[in-house]
Amino acid sequence: MTLLDKLGQLVVAIVVFAAIIGLVLFVADRARGRRAELWQSILFLAPSALLLIVGLIWPALRTIYQSFFDRTSTNFTGVSNYLTIFTQPELLLVLRNTALWVVITPILATAIGLVYAVLVDRTRFESFAKALIFLPMAISFVGASIIWKFVYEYRPNQGNIQQIGLINQFLVWIGLEPVNLLLQQPWNNLLLIMVMIWIQAGFAMTILSAAIKAIPDDITEAARLDGCGNVRMFFSITLPSIRPALVVVLTTISIGVLKVFDIVRTMTGGQFNTSVIANEFYSQSFRINDYGIGAALAVLLFVLVVPIVVYNIRQMRKVNAR
Amino acid sequence: MSGLTLRRPSRTTTLMAAAIGTSLVLAGCGGSGGGGGTAPSAQGPECAAFTQYGDLNGKTITVYTSIVTPEDQPHIDSYKTFESCTGATVKYEGSKEFEAQLPVKVAAGTPPDIAYIPQPGLLASLVRDNKAIKPAPAAVSANVDKYYPETFKSAGSVDGTLYAAPLGANVKSFVWYSPTKFKEKGYAVPKTWDEMITLSKTISAAGEKPWCAGIGSGDATGWPLTDWLEDTMLRENGPEVYDQWVKHEIPFNDPKVAAALDRVGGILKDPAFVNGGLGDVSSIATTTFQDGGLPILEGTCYMHRQANFYAANFPEGTDISENGAIYAFELPPVDASKPTPILVGGEFVAAFTDRPEVQAFQAFLSSPEWSNAKAKAGSDIGQSGWLSANTGMDAANLSNPIDKLSVQVLQDSNNTFRFDGSDLMPKAIGSAAEWKGMTDWITGKSTADTLTFIEQAWPKS
Repeated sequence: MTLLDKLGQLVVAIVVFAAIIGLVLFVADRARGRRAELWQSILFLAPSALLLIVGLIWPALRTIYQSFFDRTSTNFTGVSNYLTIFTQPELLLVLRNTALWVVITPILATAIGLVYAVLVDRTRFESFAKALIFLPMAISFVGASIIWKFVYEYRPNQGNIQQIGLINQFLVWIGLEPVNLLLQQPWNNLLLIMVMIWIQAGFAMTILSAAIKAIPDDITEAARLDGCGNVRMFFSITLPSIRPALVVVLTTISIGVLKVFDIVRTMTGGQFNTSVIANEFYSQSFRINDYGIGAALAVLLFVLVVPIVVYNIRQMRKVNAR
Repeated sequence: MSGLTLRRPSRTTTLMAAAIGTSLVLAGCGGSGGGGGTAPSAQGPECAAFTQYGDLNGKTITVYTSIVTPEDQPHIDSYKTFESCTGATVKYEGSKEFEAQLPVKVAAGTPPDIAYIPQPGLLASLVRDNKAIKPAPAAVSANVDKYYPETFKSAGSVDGTLYAAPLGANVKSFVWYSPTKFKEKGYAVPKTWDEMITLSKTISAAGEKPWCAGIGSGDATGWPLTDWLEDTMLRENGPEVYDQWVKHEIPFNDPKVAAALDRVGGILKDPAFVNGGLGDVSSIATTTFQDGGLPILEGTCYMHRQANFYAANFPEGTDISENGAIYAFELPPVDASKPTPILVGGEFVAAFTDRPEVQAFQAFLSSPEWSNAKAKAGSDIGQSGWLSANTGMDAANLSNPIDKLSVQVLQDSNNTFRFDGSDLMPKAIGSAAEWKGMTDWITGKSTADTLTFIEQAWPKS
């Protein structure tokens, strides 16, 4: 396809979009009578509702349906796909890894972000320090994974072979044997989680720093006058004041972590017992062509994410209402 | 009130204008795609072999493959004569996500005209599960009967019907080594498995590591070990047991399979034998297959078992020849008195439509003209590692001595062949459980546990 073709398609897409919006506006404008406002709202909602149904709701229903069928979606098998997920040792390991991710990542990323935000708050080099930890946010998961793969890279300690991985080079410098890090089970999961924390700590730091700055000065001043020390200040004033922001950060990271796929696929491809639900869903569906188990894993992921999303939205409303 | 009625028509006209504009653009876009075909150029002598395909002027054939840059260029070049003589256009699309995306395209109802499928197991599942592939047309069947060995024909067939003609081929049972280094140290190319082990011990006793290997390959990590296992299955148990194993007539954790895997372990799991220049046994799992044999060049490793296509991984300018820096010997038999089948692999041309131009292109791809054109196109740009099992192929068109040797092996009617077992097995085994199992095996899992894991993953339906 030439550049000209692509530009042509771009123009067509824009014109079609404008035409549809124009049509909606035109029809809405013609609505008359007592219920005009109702009709107008329906019309304005229709395009996005339609896209949601086609792109989200219908596929979701179909996935749930498929999860009760066999490999090729032809024979009904009841809950056997779910039974497989919860009984087969390899898939149980996937669930264990996902649990590790969900427990460790949000807590560590938020804790690091919070401590960092408190430490650099109102210091001379605050914006520079913040930029340092925020920068990884700008790197894609795949890019970050490749960077960290090099950090963990292993070369044997033989003859004149040089280490190319940062960590192993340090080990060799202090006189230890290099370690094939990504093979050390189950610790290799933590090495992968590290990448996610590296990316997400910046996000946590930014939100929490803003929340800390929003704590009214009269509260902190009153506390200081009452003789409140730094530690007491953090636990009795800062933490309670930013609780809603903290919950939003924790839940947002949790949602991202449940869906983590890029890091695992790039760094280990799910090998060496590091697979997680999203990665296993992909390989079951598209590599093994077992759409039943693939769909069941997707549904499981959906079921796990929904409560967190609901909680997240509720807290977000609370934050906004303040 | 009057103000409103005045404004309204003007708004309507604007929208009308916009709508007309849209349809004009759409019409213009649709038009550009249609009449783009160019007339066949002057029918020169090189077009004589193409008259059988008729006039395909203005027709387009889409090809979807896993062969990506730089290996795609000789493919694209090899279609040029076909395109200029028949007037058809071949649209080539290579994707690294081919195996995952092809079934998606098929399920979505937008398959390509032709796909180059590297695994007969995937072909079989597309035929049986999706009923998406057209049987090979008569001209293709005739070519395959005339030019290809039976092993390749049956690998492209499902339930006795030929669906896909072979395209490229590779010979897997090779051990790469350095003739100059062997000569320098006084080592001889082993003729039997025992001699090979003795040689390994000699090298090991001299304080060096005889073998190097790497099985890393993204989410296909583990596949080089499946080739190892297939090679030792053939040597340990012979072709009949091999066929039973591939068809699942004996279980994957049969003692015979265990014996073959232990034979692999005798080399790759022995810390005294591996992993030359790359680390300990477990480093096999994290070394990419591309890097697995390179230590031979650096002198830190002596032997590396990999197919003929590994030639492409050595740096440009490496002297690959019988007395050069790099060459390969056939993986020796366990029992030299019995002929050992040669392990082969390859990709296959499956068609999702039976339009005449697509069938003509299929016939072209199965002809010796194409195999030779492809070989020449590769040699012209200095690529090696590709060959075809087409007996009409002239080895002189290949530049690499290992490729030439492979063609001789394939064309020798005394040889028997067996197709790559993991590629024949269902995808759940050959492209998933076996890869994972083998990766776990090399990082410490026992032979029995590994084989039982793979056996349990065999699809029930």
